[in-house]
Amino acid sequence: MEKKELYTTLFRSTFFLSMFTFGGGYVIVPLMEKKFVNELGWIDEDEMLNLIALGQSAPGPIAVNTSILIGYRMAGVPGAMVTVLGTILPPLGIMTVLAYIYMAVRDNVLVNNVLLGMQAGVAAIIVNVVYNMAMRIIKQKKIIPVLVMIAALIAGIIFQVNILWLLLVSALIGLATTLFNLKKKTDGEGPK
Amino acid sequence: MIYLSLFLSFFQIGLFSFGGGYAALPLIEQELIHVQEWISYQQFIDILTLSEMTPGPIAINAATFSGNQIAGIFGGIVATIGVTLPSVIIVQIMAYFYFKYQNLTVVQGIIQGLRPAVVALIASAGVTIFMTAMFGHSEWPVNIADINFVSIVFFAAALFLMRKYKASPIQVILITGVAGGIVYSFL
Repeated sequence: MEKKELYTTLFRSTFFLSMFTFGGGYVIVPLMEKKFVNELGWIDEDEMLNLIALGQSAPGPIAVNTSILIGYRMAGVPGAMVTVLGTILPPLGIMTVLAYIYMAVRDNVLVNNVLLGMQAGVAAIIVNVVYNMAMRIIKQKKIIPVLVMIAALIAGIIFQVNILWLLLVSALIGLATTLFNLKKKTDGEGPK
Repeated sequence: MIYLSLFLSFFQIGLFSFGGGYAALPLIEQELIHVQEWISYQQFIDILTLSEMTPGPIAINAATFSGNQIAGIFGGIVATIGVTLPSVIIVQIMAYFYFKYQNLTVVQGIIQGLRPAVVALIASAGVTIFMTAMFGHSEWPVNIADINFVSIVFFAAALFLMRKYKASPIQVILITGVAGGIVYSFL
């Protein structure tokens, strides 16, 4: 495939997915999978699943991360630049326009009433998201993650501990657990 | 300089949000409301509402929108670049090692460890959002007389629609928006 055509397709695919997909990363990523695995056939299913897992492991918006991984996989660093631009340009345009509309009409009575209604809806969405995420942790039936969750909840809400400290401490716990499990595994497999 | 602080704030938000758009919420709250005092609780919820309603990644939407509100068009651009840049750097480094060794057990183990803390942090941002929706502010102690009963009904109905009928966030926002426009206008 010609380089220029590759870049064009990468840009166009990510641009349109970001432009027309409502619901954020968790909706955009499966559509990226469909586009690059099923329609274009550029990446096979297993590799795509690994890329998605990798994208979720990195910090930052997962749709952006996944698009960078796809671009990098197809065309190295320039490819990643093309896909990340494709992903961020639509929101940049749409939200800029929306920000100005918002500032112009925010004080309108009807707009205020609509937004007031939506606040309750958004509160319900967040409560639902947190419930689903917390249940996923609890259902693993492992004691450490549940303890970390409760401790972080108390530290964050009651003691207002800085978020970065909470993340650092739990990352260290994750590191320690992983190294411990790896050691246990290699000890178990090794000769006695 | 406002653009530099805006860039640094959003760089930090991008760098430490593990787990997509919702994970950015507690960081946006800490940085934009408490540390920099650029936005109010009401604006925070409005940013979230509009980011959910529009297409594209939620964290990018929120960055562009708040950047615009804080420092105009150029502010929106700076905030968006700030929130994206950590991904551009870190994801490519991870991709390099992944394609070389096909193994990221330790990195993924650390992320597993982060997940419960991230849930707790989103929950804490959730408390702020819930309090603001019910009382109009999020400062303790709240006066029980300030409670908005319409908001409680909307909240319960929205939760019911999502749990029972699997309503999507965008449907919930549109329904509560229309209901709010009607109910509050005639109250």
